[in-house]
Amino acid sequence: MNYLTTIVLLGTSALGSVAGVLGSFALLRRRALMGDLLSHAALPGLCLAFLVMGQRHFAGMLLGALLTGLAGVVLITIVCRFTRTREDAALGIVLSTFFGAGIVLSSIIQHRPDGGAKAGLESYIYGQAVGMNRQDLYLIAGVSLAALSIVAMLFKEFKVLSFDPGFARAQGWPTWTLDMAMMGTLALVTVIGLPAVGVVLMAAMLILPGATARFWTDRLGPMLLLAGLIGGATGGFGTLLSAGVVKQWLGFDPLRFGDTESNLPTGPVIVLSGTALFLFSVFFAPQRGVLARLWSEMRLRRKIGRENLLRTLYELSEPALASPAEISIDQLLRRRAWSRPRAHWLLWRATRSGLVAWGPGGARLTQPGVAEAARLVRAHRLWELFLIRGAHIAPDHVDRDADAIEHLLTPELLGQLQTDLAAAGVAAVQIPPSPHDLSRPDLSASTEPDEEPPRV
Amino acid sequence: MSAPPLEIHDMTVAYHRKPVLWDIDLTVPEGKLIGILGPNGAGKSTLIKSVLELMPLASGKVTFYGQPYARQRHLVGYVPQRESVDWDFPVTALDVVTMGTYGQLGWFRRPGAAQHEAAGRCLAQVGLEPLARRQIRQLSGGQQQRVFLARALAQNAQIYFMDEPFAGVDAATEQAIIGLLQRLREGGKTVLVVHHDLQTVREYFDHVILLNMRLIAAGPTASTFTTENLNRTYGGRLTVLDQAAEAVRRGDRRQ
Amino acid sequence: MFDWFSQLDPNTQTDIWVIAVGAMTNTACALLGCYLVLRRMSLLGDAISHAVLPGLVVAFVLTGSVHIVYMAAGALAVGMLTTVLIETLHRHGGVAEDASMGVVFTSLFALGVILIKRYGQAVDLDPDCVLNGLLELVVVNRVEIAGYDVPRALVTIAPVLLLNVVFIVLFWKELLISSFDPALADTMGLKAGWMHYLLMALVALTTVASFEQVGSILVIAMLIVPGATAGLLCDRLRTMMLISAVIAVASAVLGHFAAVQFNTNTAGTMSVIVGLFYLAAVLLSPQYGVLSALARNLRTSLRIVREDLLGMLYRLEELQAERALQAGEAKQAVGGGWLAWLGLQSLLRRGDVQRQGELLRLTASGRQQAAQLIRAHRLWEVYLVERLGLPLDHVHEPAMRMEHFIGDELQQRLAAETTDTATDPHGREIPPGSQKTES
Repeated sequence: MNYLTTIVLLGTSALGSVAGVLGSFALLRRRALMGDLLSHAALPGLCLAFLVMGQRHFAGMLLGALLTGLAGVVLITIVCRFTRTREDAALGIVLSTFFGAGIVLSSIIQHRPDGGAKAGLESYIYGQAVGMNRQDLYLIAGVSLAALSIVAMLFKEFKVLSFDPGFARAQGWPTWTLDMAMMGTLALVTVIGLPAVGVVLMAAMLILPGATARFWTDRLGPMLLLAGLIGGATGGFGTLLSAGVVKQWLGFDPLRFGDTESNLPTGPVIVLSGTALFLFSVFFAPQRGVLARLWSEMRLRRKIGRENLLRTLYELSEPALASPAEISIDQLLRRRAWSRPRAHWLLWRATRSGLVAWGPGGARLTQPGVAEAARLVRAHRLWELFLIRGAHIAPDHVDRDADAIEHLLTPELLGQLQTDLAAAGVAAVQIPPSPHDLSRPDLSASTEPDEEPPRV
Repeated sequence: MSAPPLEIHDMTVAYHRKPVLWDIDLTVPEGKLIGILGPNGAGKSTLIKSVLELMPLASGKVTFYGQPYARQRHLVGYVPQRESVDWDFPVTALDVVTMGTYGQLGWFRRPGAAQHEAAGRCLAQVGLEPLARRQIRQLSGGQQQRVFLARALAQNAQIYFMDEPFAGVDAATEQAIIGLLQRLREGGKTVLVVHHDLQTVREYFDHVILLNMRLIAAGPTASTFTTENLNRTYGGRLTVLDQAAEAVRRGDRRQ
Repeated sequence: MFDWFSQLDPNTQTDIWVIAVGAMTNTACALLGCYLVLRRMSLLGDAISHAVLPGLVVAFVLTGSVHIVYMAAGALAVGMLTTVLIETLHRHGGVAEDASMGVVFTSLFALGVILIKRYGQAVDLDPDCVLNGLLELVVVNRVEIAGYDVPRALVTIAPVLLLNVVFIVLFWKELLISSFDPALADTMGLKAGWMHYLLMALVALTTVASFEQVGSILVIAMLIVPGATAGLLCDRLRTMMLISAVIAVASAVLGHFAAVQFNTNTAGTMSVIVGLFYLAAVLLSPQYGVLSALARNLRTSLRIVREDLLGMLYRLEELQAERALQAGEAKQAVGGGWLAWLGLQSLLRRGDVQRQGELLRLTASGRQQAAQLIRAHRLWEVYLVERLGLPLDHVHEPAMRMEHFIGDELQQRLAAETTDTATDPHGREIPPGSQKTES
C-alpha cells in the first residue's frame, strides 16, 4: 500500500465515521434526506465563493457551501411553517432549484475566458477521492474531531431534540439554535466530504451507517458508536477495494467484470460496501432482521396451531376427560376455520410428539396430551378472565402469549385470583370453566385468543 | 336476500404482529343501526378495516350476504375517520361526494352528468348544497363530516361502515347525522357505527357490539347494553388483576 | 409546412427547438408532478431519476445499443425496482420511509456509476450530461421524420408527453380517488396500489426520455416545483394541472433566453426560473401567500384602529364632553405609532371625521358607523351579563375585542337572545340598529 493510498484510506475512514454519527441523528429525526439536500445546496455556494474570490480558495469555498446549505435548511423550515407546501415538496424544491443555480454558476465560471474551468468544480459534483492530499486529510481530520466533540458535548441536548423537540422547547432550551447547531455540523461534514465522494453519494454516506446500526441496537449511544464504526470501516474497505489493495491481498480480483482496465471510482465502491453491509443487516440482524422475524412468525404460527388444536380437542372431550373420545376431523373443522390439509398437518405434528393418538374414529388425546392441554386451557382461561375483567388496565400490554401469564403471576397472585373467582361464584377448581358460553358461538367469542406472539 | 349482511367467523387480526382482535364471531342482522363500542385501543376501527380487507386477517372468514367481500363491494359503503385524508387536497365538496359513485362506475368510465346530479342530491340531503363548490378545507369540521356522509350516500350501498362519524362535530351536526342514519335504516340499510359516547347509545342504536380486543357481547341494545357487560368491556377494577397487569408490564421490560 | 421555418435565421430556429423540447419535457414532468406533490411523494421522483442510471447501462450491455426503446425498458425496470425496494424495505424491513428512499436510490446510483465505468466507455452516457443536461445542444443531434429534419430529443419526448396526458385523462377518476382517499379506493375495488405503480412507471419513463437532453436535475425540479407552485394558487385539481403546465412552459421560454443572455446552462436556468415562480407564489398568492396574509392582517388592524377612533369620538359626544378630542390624544389612545396615524388619515379621507384645527369631530356618516359599533359593543356586554352571568367589571374588555367582529346578522341574534336591548349593563343607551338590521 503506497503513501497516497494511505492518505485516502485515512481520509475516507474519518469521513465515513463522522458522517455515520451525524447521519444517525438526521435519520432519527426523519430527516434522512437532509444530507441529500445539504450536498446539493452546497454547489451554488462553492461557485459563488469562487466567483467572489476569483480563484480556488479552499476555505472560502467551504464557507460558501456551508452558507448556502444552511440557507436551504432555513428556507425549508420557513416554507413549511408559513405556507401549505409539505416538507417533502419543500425539500425537493430547494434541492433542485439550488442545484440548478449551482449549475448555472458553474457553467458561467467554465465559460470565463480566464480559465475558470480549473475551478475543479466537477470533483465536487462527482467526487474524486484519489485526488486527496495531505492538506485535505488534515482538514478532514480537523473537521471530524470538531464535529465529534460537538456531538459529545451536546449529546444530551441532541438526544432530546431528536426524540421530542416539543419537550426540549418546554424545558426552555433554545431548540432553534440547537437545531441549527446540529444541521450546521451536518452541513460542515457534508461539505468536507463532497470533494471525496460527490453530491449524491455523500447523502448515502450519511444515511447508510445509521440505518445499518439501527438494526443492531435500540439505544442511541450504541447506535452512534456502531454507526461511526460502520461508516469508518466501509469507508476504509471501499478505498482499499477500489485501489486494488484487496486484490493484492487475495491474490485475485474480486471485482472482475467488464472493462477491468479502468480503476473503480472510490465513492461508489464505498457506498456499495455500505449497501452490502446494510442488506446483510436487513436480513440477518438478530431481532429486527427479516429472517429473524420470519422465523419467529413461523414458530409462533406453529405454536398457536398446536395450542389451538390441543385446546379444541380438550374442549370437545371435556365431558369425559378420563378416557377421551375420538374426535373426527369434521368435528374439529366445525370449531376452527382451518383448511383440511392444515388440520391434518397439525394433527400429524401432535401425533409425532405423542400428544395425540389416532383411532378409527379420529384423533384422541393421549394422557400426556390431556395433561398438556389441561395446562394450556387453565392458563388461557385464567388469562381470559384477566382480559375480560381487567383489560382496561393494560390493553397495550396483553400482547403476550398466554403461557407467560403463569410465569408472571406469582403463587400468591394465582391464589388471590382463584379466591376472587371463588367469590364470584366460580368453584376453586384446577381448571376454571370457560367464561364463554361455548354453545352459542355467534353471539359471543367462542374460544381462547388465537394469536399471541412473544414480545420481540 | 336470506344470508345476513355481515357474518364474521373466527376472525383474528394482528397489527405489527400484535394481535388487536381475537376470535371474533359475529352475525349482523339486516336493517339495523348498530353501534360498535369499546375503550380506546379495543380494535373498533380495526374491526371495520379488516372486514373491508384494508388490513389482512391473521385467520378467519368474513362474508357479506353469504359471499366474500370482493364480490359484494357494490353493496358496501365506507366512511373513514375524518383525519384519514388530506383536507388541503384541491377538490370541492361536490367532487368528494362524486367519488362515492366511482365504485359503481368501475375502471375507465368517467363520471358524467348523472353522477354529478346524484352527488348533488346526496349533498342536498345533508344540507350542504350551497357549499358544493367550496374547497374542502374551507368547510367546518361538522360540514366535512357531512360531506363524507353524503359520499357514503352516493355509494348507494346496502351496508354501511362508519368510523367515528361523530368525532369532533357539534351537537347540531350530530343530530343531523343521526337523523340521516335513521333514515337509512328506514330504507332497509344496515349501518355499523364506531361510537364513543356511552350516554347516547340507548337513544341512537338498535344493536350494539361491545368490543375489547375480543367480542364481549353483541345483540339488541336493551338486553346487551347492560352494566355488567359494560363493566366487562370497560373493566371493573380488580386489585389482583392490577397487580397482574403490573407483573406483565415488568415482564415486558425484562425480556 | 416547414418552408417558413427553414427560412428563419439559424439562431431563431435554435431558439424554437430548444424551447419546444424544454417546454414539452417540463410539461410532461409537471403534470405527473402534481400527483407526486399531492400524494406527498415528491422525493420519489428525485429517487427514481437518480436510480434509473444502472438500468440504462444494463440495457446497453444487454442489447449493445443506446436506442431509446432499450433505454426506456431499462429505466422502466429499474424504476419499478426502486419503487418496490423502497416500499419493501419500509414495510417489511422496518426502515423509515425517507431513509429507505435514501438508501435505495443512492445505492443504485453508485451501482450505475460503477457500471458506466466498467461497461459504459463506449456508451454515450456521460454522467455529467445525465445530471446537468445539455439542452442547448439539442439541435446538434437530429433525425429525419416524415421528411422533416427535427431534433432527436423532440421525437423522444413528444410521445412521452402524449402518453402522460392520455394516462391522466384516462385514469382521472382513479388517480383522483387513490390520491385523496386510497382506503376508499381499495374498498371500491379501484386498486390504489396499481395506480401507484402505474404512476411511478410513467415517472421513470419520463425521466429517461428527458435525461439525455435536459438532465435529471431539471426533471426533479419540474416534477416538484410547478405542482407545488400551482398548489399555492388554486383549489381545483384541473386548474392546478393547467397552471403547472403554464408554469412549465413559461420557465422553458424564460429559462432559454436567460441562458442565452448569460451564456450558461439552459437546464440550470430553467430550474432557477421555476424556483422563482414558486418564490413569487409563496409571497404573492392571493389566498395562501405570505404577503397577502400580511396584507390581510394589516387591513384588519387598520380597520380596528379606525373603529376604535370612531368609538372613542362617539363616546365623547355621548358624554357631552367639555371639549373635542385632539388628534394627538386620539392617536395615543389607540396605540400610537404609524398604524394610528394611518387609521386617522383614512378616516379623514373617507369623510367620517372632520378636523378643525387640532380638534376632531365626527361627521354624520362617521357617527352612523360609530353607532353601529357601539351597538355591537353594548349588545355583547348585555349578552355576557344576561346569558353568561359575568360581573359588570368583566364585560368591557371582551366587548372591546368582539365589537369589531359582530356584524348585522349577529347583532340581530344578540338582540333576539337578550331582554334589554335599550340600555347596556352600565346603564348607557344602546344605539338603534341600522336600517338594514331593522328591515
